[in-house]
Amino acid sequence: MTESVPDLHQLIDSVRSEIAQTVSIDQLEQIRVRLLGKKGEITAQLKSLGAMDPEARRAAGAKINEAKEALTSALDLQRSALEERKLAEQLASDAIDVTLPGRGQTIGGLHPVTRVRRRIEQIFRAAGFTIADGPEIEDDWHNFEALNIPANHPARAMHDTFYFPDGRLLRTHTSPVQVRVMQAQEPPVRVIVPGRVYRNDSDMTHTPMFHQVEGLVIDEGISFANLKAILHGFMKALFEKDVKMRLRPSYFPFTEPSAEVDISCVSCGGSGCRVCKNTGWVEVAGCGVVHPNVLRAVNIDTERYTGYAFGMGIDRLTMLRYNVNDIRMYFENDLRFLRQFV
Amino acid sequence: MKVSLNWLREWVDTGDDVRGLAHALTMAGLEIEGVYRAGPELKGIVVGEVLAVQKHPDAEKLNVCRVTDGHEEVQIVCGAANVRAGMKAPLAKIGAILPNGTEIKKAKLRGVESFGMLCSAKELGIAEESSGLYDLPSELPRGEALATALSLDDTIFEVNLTPNRGDCMSVLGVAREVAAIRKQTLKPAARPAIAPAISDSFPIRLEAAAGCPKFVGRLIKGVNGSTKSPFWLQERLRRAGLRPINAIVDITNYVMLELGQPMHAYDSAMLRGAIVVRYARSNETLKLLDGRTIELTPDVLVIADETKTLGMAGVMGGEDSGISDSTADIFLEVAYFDPDTIAGRGRRYGLITDASQRFERGVDPKLQESAIERATQLLLECAGGKAGPIQVVRTEGASGRRDEIRLRHARVQRVLGVSVSSSDVVDCLQRLGITLQSSDLPQKNSSWTAKPPSWRFDLRIEEDLIEEVARLYGYDNIPEIDARAPQSIVSYTEAQVRNERAADLLVDRGYQEAITYTFTDAEAQAALCADAGLSLSNPISAEMGAMRVSLWPGLLQALRENQRRQQSRVRLFEVGRRYASDTGRETEVIAGLAAGRRVVEQWAVESSNVDFFDVKADIEALVALTGTSSEFRFVPEIHPALHPGQSARIYRSDQAVGWIGALHPQHVRRLDLTYPAILFEIETRTGLTARIPLYTEISKFPAIRRDIAVIVDESVPVASLSGVITDCAGSLLQDLVVLSVYRGQQIEKGKKSIALGMNLQDTSRTLADADADAIAAQIIERLSRQLNATIRDK
Repeated sequence: MTESVPDLHQLIDSVRSEIAQTVSIDQLEQIRVRLLGKKGEITAQLKSLGAMDPEARRAAGAKINEAKEALTSALDLQRSALEERKLAEQLASDAIDVTLPGRGQTIGGLHPVTRVRRRIEQIFRAAGFTIADGPEIEDDWHNFEALNIPANHPARAMHDTFYFPDGRLLRTHTSPVQVRVMQAQEPPVRVIVPGRVYRNDSDMTHTPMFHQVEGLVIDEGISFANLKAILHGFMKALFEKDVKMRLRPSYFPFTEPSAEVDISCVSCGGSGCRVCKNTGWVEVAGCGVVHPNVLRAVNIDTERYTGYAFGMGIDRLTMLRYNVNDIRMYFENDLRFLRQFV
Repeated sequence: MKVSLNWLREWVDTGDDVRGLAHALTMAGLEIEGVYRAGPELKGIVVGEVLAVQKHPDAEKLNVCRVTDGHEEVQIVCGAANVRAGMKAPLAKIGAILPNGTEIKKAKLRGVESFGMLCSAKELGIAEESSGLYDLPSELPRGEALATALSLDDTIFEVNLTPNRGDCMSVLGVAREVAAIRKQTLKPAARPAIAPAISDSFPIRLEAAAGCPKFVGRLIKGVNGSTKSPFWLQERLRRAGLRPINAIVDITNYVMLELGQPMHAYDSAMLRGAIVVRYARSNETLKLLDGRTIELTPDVLVIADETKTLGMAGVMGGEDSGISDSTADIFLEVAYFDPDTIAGRGRRYGLITDASQRFERGVDPKLQESAIERATQLLLECAGGKAGPIQVVRTEGASGRRDEIRLRHARVQRVLGVSVSSSDVVDCLQRLGITLQSSDLPQKNSSWTAKPPSWRFDLRIEEDLIEEVARLYGYDNIPEIDARAPQSIVSYTEAQVRNERAADLLVDRGYQEAITYTFTDAEAQAALCADAGLSLSNPISAEMGAMRVSLWPGLLQALRENQRRQQSRVRLFEVGRRYASDTGRETEVIAGLAAGRRVVEQWAVESSNVDFFDVKADIEALVALTGTSSEFRFVPEIHPALHPGQSARIYRSDQAVGWIGALHPQHVRRLDLTYPAILFEIETRTGLTARIPLYTEISKFPAIRRDIAVIVDESVPVASLSGVITDCAGSLLQDLVVLSVYRGQQIEKGKKSIALGMNLQDTSRTLADADADAIAAQIIERLSRQLNATIRDK
């Protein structure tokens, strides 16, 4: 008996349109099972080929396989289209409002004086200086005597000193650390000393506690010209500006020659403003060549070694750097002030 | 110090460029802090003379005056009580403008016309207060511009002198400096010696040889003690900031201002026996001019006579021998006191006087004779009298000689870093009055022997001279030269967490750095820390009276003030020292506090306030920086500032390194805080030393997780559970996590349920389930035996 090969074109056309109308992978899968599953229509037809004579089997087999391929490809095509659609739907539903603020902890900030202190330390460290430290409760010898300021020296009147009942005092400058460093270390010495210092003075422009940074270099062949170079280099680095600098003769018992350091006003550039009181210059440091008496007090050979020292008010430099106009703000710790320096 | 430019010009040619002069002085070390006019401009105001005064017909208090300026007569209605015919007074004519901006116009007062105004000193801006018209000296010429007549066309320099330059505390001293800077010569003061008209003298005895090596005195008899000094002299005193008193006192002050030599005039009728300069006797007292009585110590030099103490030498006179209106005979004291003998003595009694400032910095020991001559000349001119001979008494070896100083040319370059030619060195120093002798060896002009002038007490060593060279050579002319420094490596440790790193961590966790005063209120500190702290002898105020023993008082004050400024969320920390109240020993700590919301107000986080465990996490993060978290323990301990149930001492191994806890509710109330605070403090030196990491092998074998949940008494801390677990699991325990702590319905009252998760792992083999189960069973057995724990959800 010869069975005729069924006409599959009609089937393909109707299934194709059925596939195209599916909206889910599930529907698609049902169609696949109905046609191509173990008991599917096409599968059944393939199975029936075995009963045919060889020639008819060949022709029918080709047709059935052709139909199977066509349907498989239609199913695959629709599947990827549906998957794509599904992903698009998921993405659409996942969308968020990226303009909403982030969640969690917010950062605080450093005190402006600390910011500038760190800059100072970084700049000098890069120039080969180390950071030294010393006590804030000092004895008279380190704070005054060893710095060539004997008991009745008029310069003591400039240091309104806080005393303790046992005669010790709160250091009036970071300079006593100079002495301690030289006692502890042979030249060459190359240190800066940032820290808190104290004077019994409190008004619009003075706080009884403030911050200084001391610099000390002792080596063979150190001169006033070297001091000028390091200070000017530092000022330019700190303010990131080509500031001008001038040194004016002054007096400190522990340096000779001594100088006050002025820089061109960083606020107006030297043309005159409130910050520089219309002079174009602001005073930022005191400095000089270390006095031989200071070196002798710590047994350093003054013929072999010379050195320079400088002292700067960090609070003052901070005012200039960040345009702060009231020094008393520093220790009020008003968050509305502090938060400006994050 | 205020210096009149007109006065200065009597001594040296200053040139006309006032700003340039001020700049030159500043750049030579005499800082000119201010330059201002001596007085207002007073355009259109002249010296007027009142010719006649008549009562105003319709006003009780007004007068109608005829006033002349020498050219024309005008009618002026005037309300001043002191107006009188014949007086000279400032006349503001029609069109004149007063310093306050008022323009003088023709006016009609109660029907009488007035063509100008007669002025008071206050109206002219010359005095702060005045009553009536400015009664001008009769010698002033009619019609002269008032500013000229009063020599108000003067410039005042405000000089900020450094303490080493006592020699510049006078017009003469500043003039010398101007001359040196400007390469000018001083104008010689042509002042002949005053020949004695009488032979009287007064005995002088110097009993403190070193303290007062030289004393110059002079008697002047028959003076008029009530005479006022001439107007020009008064005006010069005023411009220097001194108040005119009477001619005799004014003249001693004038000579001091001009030459820098303080002097004193005694009413010689009050002196008994002799003038004696000696050290104070023990228990000796002195009644000062300001009315105070002070007790002198034996290192204080006094001027006395045979019966009484007259004054503190070089500082201040006493009350008993001063000049009065009835003074007829005076004795002038012009002494040289040794600076070290005067230094600090007045300050000890709160006395810083014009005299003490000059003597303790050093007065030229050669100046006394010329100063007494100058004073005599002025006295005879102003107050009359007859002068006795000048008496000069010196003590043994009181030469006032100064040591010579060796100056090496090579040293100048060594110190300054610039080569200054030897002729420039010589020129600079000679301009300052320093005499130099060149030593011939090894080569000419390679070194000098220098002798400073008698007035330069500050020049003692070679470097002092080098500074003088630099000053006149110009600091600006010294180049900037980078030092040639040998490269060397500086140690930089990794074994300590840097304060910067610790601060950054806290900043990143939301804390704001604060800097608070290291002195605080002793009482408040005692209340908070049960320790008042080390007291200062001379604090700014009681609120800043004691050194802090903790950073908390300052931080809490900052918290309180911020809460008052409507800052509800405050997180602060500070890196600083605390000071032991017995020895003052300084310990650096990082301390901080948190109050208010856990995180800033935001849309997706439930609003709740910070608690102990939030801050504990911050501290755990901080100590994690050391790489040794397991060394740290939080042990419940009591601190007076902290809530007894919410405070822990932080231990590192067995060493206490800090505290953490909630502020005690009673302090919350006492400080009136809106939100309570969690506080912490950790020592940097002991708490933040760091371990340098050492790599350990990563296990190739899988880990096994076991969770257990037990019920224990409330009093059992989690640390006890984890102690047992760590002990049992040993090196297999990789990780132990507290999963939950639960109290509630299913749990008996007084108990809590704690769930813990363990990760177990071996480095040498794969752990079997049976191994993990065995360990878990062992743990449970020990927990129940040691801590009376029962298993939940078996």
